[in-house]
Amino acid sequence: MDHPLNGSIDCDIHPAVPNTRALLPHLEPYWREHVLRRGLERENLELSAYPVTAPINGRPDWQLPSGPPGSTLAALQAHVLDRMQPRFAICNVLHGAQAMFSEDLSAGLCRGINNWLAAEWLDRDPRLRASIVVPVHSADLAAEEIERMAPDRRFVQVLMLAMAELPLGRRQTWPIYRAAEKHGLPIGIHAGSTFRHPPSAIGWPSYYLEDYVSQAQGFAAALNSLVTEGVFVKFPALKVVLIESGVTWLPASLWRLDKTWRGVRSEVPWLETLPTEVVREHVRLTLQPFDAPPTEPQLLAILEQLGSDGMLLFSTDYPHWHFDGDDALPAGLPADLARRICIDNPLETYPRLAQN
Amino acid sequence: MNVTVLDRSPDRATQPERSAQSHLGFIDCDVHPYVKSAEDFDPFLSQRWQEHRRTIGNRSRQGLGKMPMYPRISPGSGMRMDSWPKAGGLPGSDLPMMQEQLLDLFDVAYGLLAPLVGGAGGERNVDFGAAMSTAVNEWQLAHWCDPDPRLKGAVQINIEHPEAAIAEIEKRAGDRRFVQVNIPPRGLEPLGRRRYWPILEACAANDFPVSLHLGGTSGHASTGGGWPSFYHEEHPSYVQTMQTLVTSLVCEGVFENIPNLKVVLVEGGFAWLPALSWRLDKHWKHLKAEVPHLKRAPSEYVREHIWVTTQPIEEPERPADMASILEWIGPERVMFSTDYPHWDQDDPRYAFKIPLPDDWKRMIYRDNARALYHLD
Repeated sequence: MDHPLNGSIDCDIHPAVPNTRALLPHLEPYWREHVLRRGLERENLELSAYPVTAPINGRPDWQLPSGPPGSTLAALQAHVLDRMQPRFAICNVLHGAQAMFSEDLSAGLCRGINNWLAAEWLDRDPRLRASIVVPVHSADLAAEEIERMAPDRRFVQVLMLAMAELPLGRRQTWPIYRAAEKHGLPIGIHAGSTFRHPPSAIGWPSYYLEDYVSQAQGFAAALNSLVTEGVFVKFPALKVVLIESGVTWLPASLWRLDKTWRGVRSEVPWLETLPTEVVREHVRLTLQPFDAPPTEPQLLAILEQLGSDGMLLFSTDYPHWHFDGDDALPAGLPADLARRICIDNPLETYPRLAQN
Repeated sequence: MNVTVLDRSPDRATQPERSAQSHLGFIDCDVHPYVKSAEDFDPFLSQRWQEHRRTIGNRSRQGLGKMPMYPRISPGSGMRMDSWPKAGGLPGSDLPMMQEQLLDLFDVAYGLLAPLVGGAGGERNVDFGAAMSTAVNEWQLAHWCDPDPRLKGAVQINIEHPEAAIAEIEKRAGDRRFVQVNIPPRGLEPLGRRRYWPILEACAANDFPVSLHLGGTSGHASTGGGWPSFYHEEHPSYVQTMQTLVTSLVCEGVFENIPNLKVVLVEGGFAWLPALSWRLDKHWKHLKAEVPHLKRAPSEYVREHIWVTTQPIEEPERPADMASILEWIGPERVMFSTDYPHWDQDDPRYAFKIPLPDDWKRMIYRDNARALYHLD
């Protein structure tokens, strides 16, 4: 019998690089030798923003006998692809490649990861699609990597982390957006930080729980930056997908931004419409982890406050632990909205999905 | 039938002075007094620190020495254009003008001072910070609270000098001219961290709520992704700071350890508080082993220990959503504030775009603050 999520599009799953050794065949010779000389093949370059052993990053029943959760295709198939039967699932690799200080090393590792994704995942299951991992701190090398990977239509998005060296809207970063727009690739902004800065203006918190919760503020700031700097004015066809961002923080954040805009818009004269309208047109959010309110009326109120039924994209966030069983959709979601979230909205957001 | 404050003063256009008669006699939880000149502090500084003030001066953690890094949209770091005293000096530095434009105009029962002057809270030389704290506290009494007893002081401290901070809190305890302790939200470390607990304990022990008025120069980038370019981003980033601050206070177990601590978030808005509480609860469920000192869901600590002031009030696209937000937070935790004399000051007659139920209005404009600060 069909699963209720049959035919949905899962916009956030996380295949894990099991260890750097697995990347060796996919690195260019210089970088292969470089990695071996420095002993990096013994490390897995895990991001501190995503410790794989933290309970929230690996659902108990999605753990593997060995290796990090999400590191084998067989497990992904058993846990998600064959069980929930999505039409497509988009692979977002979270990896320290994006955190390296050396732009060259960062770019070399990102190229290796993209090659690995194509060979080890996309070639082996036709339901899989992927995001291009780019060296976020080097806009030129990132744009080059987008150009290199764009001809492979199974890559449907460009992946960045919410918090980097510079707020994401800064003009130095625009070559990435220019390349993404040119190729019809949305920019996927995933929760996470390379910790060039403390997670907030008040410094370094003590607990991972704080880091994780505060991702929402990181997203709010990144979004404000993209809107304020005029990224969507300069690149009107660009779409941005906030991934693993949570959702319910957005309306209040936009109310505040709209109010600020009314008062100080003279500072940013290119921004001619309310930030909320810009966000509704250009920004999408994946569903999990859905930071739902305790009651159904509150849930419906928040969904209404979003002011658009086109903004949410279905995701399981596999193998991260945000729901149990198959309850990937929040309880109380109206059926027609659920359909939009699972199928229509992803197809509208990722034009490459409809083309292949 | 609900009657808005606005409805009660239909003649405001022609007789603004009469609006006071029909008003609630509210308590304004955010009023900014300024100095006419930094020399106003000298009577309260020792010779040594007067000399230091004149020569080295304040040293904060940012690039510009005398003004904020993000130029505001009006002179004087974001002042109301009509609030400049004719006799000279900054808006907010002239008591008769403050009385005319705020206290008398609106029949304000009490105005809670939030002095953004003296630089005590963020001073890098903590001995100077402590000296300036004392000076600003004395200055509040001499220039504001004593001449107009409707004005209530906020104890200034520098939290990087805990001994002096605690001594200052204890010195002011029992002096009802002070009703709370001010701490700048942006400090070197999140306020919930244990090294700050003795200060927070001193506040609670002496029945001072801790007021966190947005601002402060921590030296850390104002967002986790670096420094934004524009005030258009910096202004909302203060709200994000408030959220991480609440997260820190809750997750560190401050409220578990100091159960009578009361925290007031000033000028950070409040519509975000329900969603933050839901998010904290959601992720605490899967990460609670990391924070075993939390005995209850995070939202319960928020609900018990956090108060918010209204200005700059969020303006939902659908104004009625404001009623839901107030209901979700609990109207007993929301307190009205104007932020006089800043450019984005809220006028009590127009701040809420929807009519509030009368009992909510009484709570928000007056009774919540009266109870929290023991004001009659």
